[in-house]
Amino acid sequence: MNTVVLIAVVLMAVLGLALGVVIGWFAKLFRVETDSRVELVTELLPGANCGGCGKAGCSDFAKSVVAGENPPSKCPVSSSEQISAIAMALGIDAGESFQQRAVVCCGGDMEQTKRLLNYNGVLDCVSASLVAGGPKGCSYGCLGMGTCAHHCPFGAIEMINNLAVVHRELCVGCGNCVAACPRGVIKLVPADADVHIYCNSPAKGAAKKQVCNVPCIGCRKCAKFAPDKFTVNGFLAAVNYQAEAFPTAEDVSAVGCPTGALLTVEEHLKIEQNEPEWSAGKK
Amino acid sequence: MSENEKNSEVMLPTGSELVLSSSPHLSSPDSVRRIMYKVLLALVPAAIAGVWFFGFYALVVMVVTMLFCVGAEALWCKLAGKPVMGTIADGSAAVTGLLLAMNLPPGVPLWVCLIGAFLAIWLGKQIFGGIGNNPFNPALVARVGLLIALPAIMTTWPVPRSFDSADPAAKITHATDTPVDSITGATPLGEVGTTKKILDKSEAAYANFQAVDNDAMLWKYFLGEKGGCIGETSVLALLIGGILLIALKLINWRVPVCYIGTVAIITGLVHFFYPGVSPSPLFHILTGGLMIGAFFMATDMVTSPITSTGCVVFAVGCGVITSVIRLWGNYPEGVSFSILFMNALVPLIDRWCSQRPFGYVRKRG
Amino acid sequence: MSKKDILTFDGGIHPVSDGKALSCNAPITAAPLLDKYRVLLSENVGKLPKPVVKAGDLVKKYQLIAEADGFVSANLHSPTSGKVTGIVDVPGPMGTLIPAIEIEADGQDEPCEPMPAIDWHKADVKELLKRTADAGLVGMGGAAFPTHVKLSPPPDKTIDTLILNGAECEPYLTADHRLMLEQPERVLEGAAISAKILNVKNVYIGVEANKIDAIEALGRRAAEFGIKVATLKVQYPQGSEKQLIMAITGRKVPTGGLPMDAGCVVQNVGTAAAMTDAVCRGIPLVERVTTITGEVVKNPGNWLLKIGTPVIKAIEFAGGVTAEPGKLILGGPMMGFAQKSFEVPVAKNTSGILLLPVELSMNYGSTGCIRCGRCVEGCPMNLIPCLLGNAVEAERFDLAAQNHVMDCLECGSCAYVCPAHRPLVQHMRRAKAEIRKRKK
Repeated sequence: MNTVVLIAVVLMAVLGLALGVVIGWFAKLFRVETDSRVELVTELLPGANCGGCGKAGCSDFAKSVVAGENPPSKCPVSSSEQISAIAMALGIDAGESFQQRAVVCCGGDMEQTKRLLNYNGVLDCVSASLVAGGPKGCSYGCLGMGTCAHHCPFGAIEMINNLAVVHRELCVGCGNCVAACPRGVIKLVPADADVHIYCNSPAKGAAKKQVCNVPCIGCRKCAKFAPDKFTVNGFLAAVNYQAEAFPTAEDVSAVGCPTGALLTVEEHLKIEQNEPEWSAGKK
Repeated sequence: MSENEKNSEVMLPTGSELVLSSSPHLSSPDSVRRIMYKVLLALVPAAIAGVWFFGFYALVVMVVTMLFCVGAEALWCKLAGKPVMGTIADGSAAVTGLLLAMNLPPGVPLWVCLIGAFLAIWLGKQIFGGIGNNPFNPALVARVGLLIALPAIMTTWPVPRSFDSADPAAKITHATDTPVDSITGATPLGEVGTTKKILDKSEAAYANFQAVDNDAMLWKYFLGEKGGCIGETSVLALLIGGILLIALKLINWRVPVCYIGTVAIITGLVHFFYPGVSPSPLFHILTGGLMIGAFFMATDMVTSPITSTGCVVFAVGCGVITSVIRLWGNYPEGVSFSILFMNALVPLIDRWCSQRPFGYVRKRG
Repeated sequence: MSKKDILTFDGGIHPVSDGKALSCNAPITAAPLLDKYRVLLSENVGKLPKPVVKAGDLVKKYQLIAEADGFVSANLHSPTSGKVTGIVDVPGPMGTLIPAIEIEADGQDEPCEPMPAIDWHKADVKELLKRTADAGLVGMGGAAFPTHVKLSPPPDKTIDTLILNGAECEPYLTADHRLMLEQPERVLEGAAISAKILNVKNVYIGVEANKIDAIEALGRRAAEFGIKVATLKVQYPQGSEKQLIMAITGRKVPTGGLPMDAGCVVQNVGTAAAMTDAVCRGIPLVERVTTITGEVVKNPGNWLLKIGTPVIKAIEFAGGVTAEPGKLILGGPMMGFAQKSFEVPVAKNTSGILLLPVELSMNYGSTGCIRCGRCVEGCPMNLIPCLLGNAVEAERFDLAAQNHVMDCLECGSCAYVCPAHRPLVQHMRRAKAEIRKRKK
């Protein structure tokens, strides 16, 4: 009996030793050289892997920062403190930070914009836009099926009454929604801009009015009020984001946009929040 | 134009009902539900045969198992927050239930059916995400689960009603119409399994399976008079159902043909060289679960390969494993195991047998 | 006819209701003159033509109103005489607003000086090609690809076969059928002219076997033009270029390639008929045969419509509707496009105006794939549509690309046969759009 136990113990010990040696040898053979600084920077980054910096993810970005290809400030998610922490750790310049936020340039929810038809198909904006341009009366506005919300890694986009709205405090400006939207209705704007033109349609004012209650009709009222803050291109006004100062909430009330396309971010969020009719089956 | 003169009578569309959708704007009238109901229809002949041979209790087992399966599905959907009615209405749970019942011994207690139903629907199907996502045939998962967990119950075979009315055993079984534990027979394959193999070509070797493998017995097997599961009995009834399935284009004919063909070839070769080891290939085809397996279980759309080439590979694999288990395995029967094993290989087979697009040109370099 | 003579391809489907009986016995009828036409500028694949008229101009019928801009672009001509009221945005067949030249008809329908007729037997290829371009010929079967471009293949491709596409495999459509039946000589002569331009000897006209009368009508005259009539099996999508070439010549167009890579040029029968008009009569392409049909159309039929006719007027010609339609489709039910508006004008490639009843219009209550493999059997391109659909649902467009989604014809066979009614074609379109976006 003792011999049996002995054999088992010895066998296991020898086997363990042999395998241990083999594993150790392989570990040496296939060792991956890592830069400890990359790991450090990766840890300091938010780890959301949103791709807003243009790299494949946070550790890819960390590599490029260590290699000196990108300044730490290229990360749109990190706060200025986090960025300076990275810069300090590496002993490099933080670079100039330029914070952006996404804004959905459309105010046409279920009530405001006509939906011409029953849509019978995949509830995804890209798919819907491939079927005769989508079921919405306006062919430039938000389709309202939530593809951008689905692609937002920070959950910053809410679908209210079939209109995408951005919660600015959650948005970091990574631009995933801009890439996801088939209609190009989402734009990245400077983070401290408070007022935007919530319309994206270059069509003629009369044509827009047929399908939408809140279009920009190109009346130039805003541009006349503050030519430095607003520009009008054809039938569509735009906030001049290159200007020294952005329009304020006071400006909005002073202009008195006749259709209500000129809104502050807060006002856009407060567009009537009714229960969406057809988003029940949303994926 | 007379129509145009009567312009006021021309009714023009307003567009109020217009639907926007992607092409194609027509779709075939077939649906998942219809497919399931057609499969149920194809199972009817075998079900009738089962009732004829094993009595009213077989019908009770089938109906109760179907109800249990539908119930298990409803319960899961309720717990998982899925639409209950929509899921049940597709008929897939009922098909699973009937298939499972057909793979149970005729005298099985009803509580075993309940366990089987939950095994099939919950473990076999719903935990993978419901219809279309299960890698294994749910009915077979349940059967194999029960076979391993409750081997005694699952291998107790009542003697079927006999065409020969003088058979006393049959009379007793049918007189009571309830499971008779005391009178149990063996399946033909079971008898083969317990027969001592003879590894030469002597007279004795040829006579080794004479008791179960002779013309009279083969006819009985074909018509259905043999011990076994409810649905396995009548090869004739299964063939009617199987041909119906092929005619309705519900299954790929390659699967049953290649499956049965492979079993016939392998057992045929063994029988030719070692007649004391294996009965004739015809015996193998007509007994056990091969027929129901080849026509109804291996052909399950969800768990068989998509392409026709893949189906051939799959069916041949099933045939090889079935033959191996039957000839050399511990179990007398290998159909369930072989199909489950090949189910596991389906993703790989699909990968190997993916077809080239029309006009495919291999890129150089 | 023996079964062997009927040609076909692998895959494909047989739609249960082909709906052709609604209109296949209605002779082609010329549409009455309207007071307003809106000729879409983007008739063709390629660049928009440049308008050469402005608001207030008086134009005659057949007068050039927009000029081809570049090589892959086609001329546009006025469908009637009258006054140009301007260039307006109208809903196009793809759902977007596109510019159109609006012409107010003066009711005279007075033609301008026609282009001189050409004796094509003697004319040289360059002259014929120039006429093709001048007359604004485009492919009238589907994509409206300019014909002069199609007929001038690059010199490194050897073309030895011209195939005329008279398959008309789309259910409901009968326009090509009536054209071949009523005016076979127009079709055949156009084919002969195209063959001369391409300098090919093998000319086939492929017709599905359900149009026996058209096959006979063509067969009586085909020999004198040196054209062979090929009878094709009734199977969708027999009229797809690649499948048609396979059925008739047995050649396979390589993936990602064009028919010319298999030595073939495929032309629609309507285009061939328009070719005859352009060359022998000097008349540009301003009208076409269109099937106006559907269960809810009062008098389904085949009409000779001027381009720029609003669809609502075309429906009026056909007696209006008997019930509110559930779907308006330009083209056939398998590959046609659902429309949002009845104001869409008829274009050079509008082969059909189809109004489906409401009960046929909501067809997707899609459930999960049950891996039945019917889409795989039905796919004429040998793809595995169900797996591609799964890849798209999981947004794995790389996987879709690997599995050759770009070879998809969007013929709709897979979605037609799918018992789970999955919107597979829409998935394919999405995959293609995403893959193209990523390549940029």
